[in-house]
Amino acid sequence: MLSVSNVSKTYAAGDKALDDVSFTIPSGQVVGLIGPSGAGKSTLIRCVNRLVEPSSGTITLGDTPITGLSAGELRAVRRRIGMIFQEYALVERLTVMENVLSGRLGYVSFWRSLLRRYPSTDVQKAYALLDRVGLIDHASKRADALSGGQRQRVGIARALEQDPELLLIDEPTASLDPKTSRQIMRLLIEICNERQLPAIINIHDVVLARQFTERIIGLQAGRIVFDGPPSELNETVLTKIYGEEDWTTLDNESEAA
Amino acid sequence: MHASSKTTNTHADISAYPSHWKRPPVFIQRAWLRWAIGLAALLWFVLALGTIEVNWTRVAEGLERGWRFIKGFLTPDFTTRWSDISKGLIESLTMTLTSTVVGVLLSVPVGIGAARNVAPKAVYYVCRSIIAVSRSLQEIIIAILFVTMFGFGPFAGFLTLSFATIGFMAKLLAEDIEDIDEKQSEAIRATGASWLQLINYGVQPQVMPRLIGLSLYRLDINFRESAVIGIVGAGGIGATLNTAIDRYEFDSAGAILIIIIAVVMVAEYSSGYVRRWAQ
Repeated sequence: MLSVSNVSKTYAAGDKALDDVSFTIPSGQVVGLIGPSGAGKSTLIRCVNRLVEPSSGTITLGDTPITGLSAGELRAVRRRIGMIFQEYALVERLTVMENVLSGRLGYVSFWRSLLRRYPSTDVQKAYALLDRVGLIDHASKRADALSGGQRQRVGIARALEQDPELLLIDEPTASLDPKTSRQIMRLLIEICNERQLPAIINIHDVVLARQFTERIIGLQAGRIVFDGPPSELNETVLTKIYGEEDWTTLDNESEAA
Repeated sequence: MHASSKTTNTHADISAYPSHWKRPPVFIQRAWLRWAIGLAALLWFVLALGTIEVNWTRVAEGLERGWRFIKGFLTPDFTTRWSDISKGLIESLTMTLTSTVVGVLLSVPVGIGAARNVAPKAVYYVCRSIIAVSRSLQEIIIAILFVTMFGFGPFAGFLTLSFATIGFMAKLLAEDIEDIDEKQSEAIRATGASWLQLINYGVQPQVMPRLIGLSLYRLDINFRESAVIGIVGAGGIGATLNTAIDRYEFDSAGAILIIIIAVVMVAEYSSGYVRRWAQ
């Protein structure tokens, strides 16, 4: 379970990215985080694993308070949180296998990781995950030899290799075509259900968010302005999140889908 | 045709717009100041040129000596001084290889330390200072210093080239590290990786091709520099060349120059090939 309470973030330049944000996510729940560009979605999920340092507030994963940890303790928490990125963020010149195994970096010693001598259980798990995402034949290819959808699958396998208790997913479909986007979203949801993994998915695409998530949080200028099931996400709410626009086509689209 | 005639119709009063456009001056707005600075610079150049004394008799002698040099170059003599030449060449090649390897190995930690995005502030300033010192001293000056300290010979040359390699490689490596794709290294940090693991997984794969390319480039620079610093006593082919010129043996000097050019060309082509392969 993840709980975020009263988190604010003000950047050095004085921009207030997050303003008193609070919510909790029980295990197994997949939350879609929506909002216009610059609303603070990306900052919020990066505060959870402290890639961005929150200015105030507390974040707790299970029984571990994430805010206020030392560098070593922070590493131990980070390995419990898997992260999946917008443009895959694979290390392009490493092989698919090395990218997946890099999910174990928080667990193995520097020498093991330097010499690529991971424990055999880690290697077996990596093969199993590559099989799960349909890329077992690509293990020895370089990451930059894969297509966008395949790279995102490697990104998913890397996050799962960590044996995470929580997934942070930053715009997983923003660089993908509509069909691949849906396949990736479906895969993510299936995996979260299989493992009872809670997840936060930052997502631009309101239609996809409605279609695939069970709860939606709407962020506007750093504040939560909506928190509820997708069915309650109507025109009034969308206007509150994104501002005035003709939302009728979007409604029809998601009803058709 | 149709489209353009329509455009003309809708903007029937096009003649009302100005028909001339002049690029506004970029650096100096005032015209008189622009001219004054230009004229002052020209005057300075003319006066400076006037102070250079040209002794035409010496120019004539020099041209004659130059001609003898060219003749020597055209009829290179590899055989008479071959033992000296081969000894110098081997010394230079040894100096080049050892100093490049040692310099590159030392420049890697300095370069990482001098990259703002991976090093703490204090380490960053120390490493930048090392680079600044290494780069501000020209090879010949360092060579003179080391020759004074450790005597004539290739050891002084080895130290000089290693020292110069550190500044050159560390600076370019640090710049390359600062230009990496931060998304890739962020993903590695998010897994709970330690700092060393971050360097090994998030940074090294991104900068490796450039590190290989720069090392090979430095190898040819070091060979050329070994010929130059030999002249101030740091051993190698430069020392042999210096001796040949002092003895007015221009045919042997010509042979040495041809060998230097050949080695640099071989290094140039093979390094280009390796760099393409390292991508």
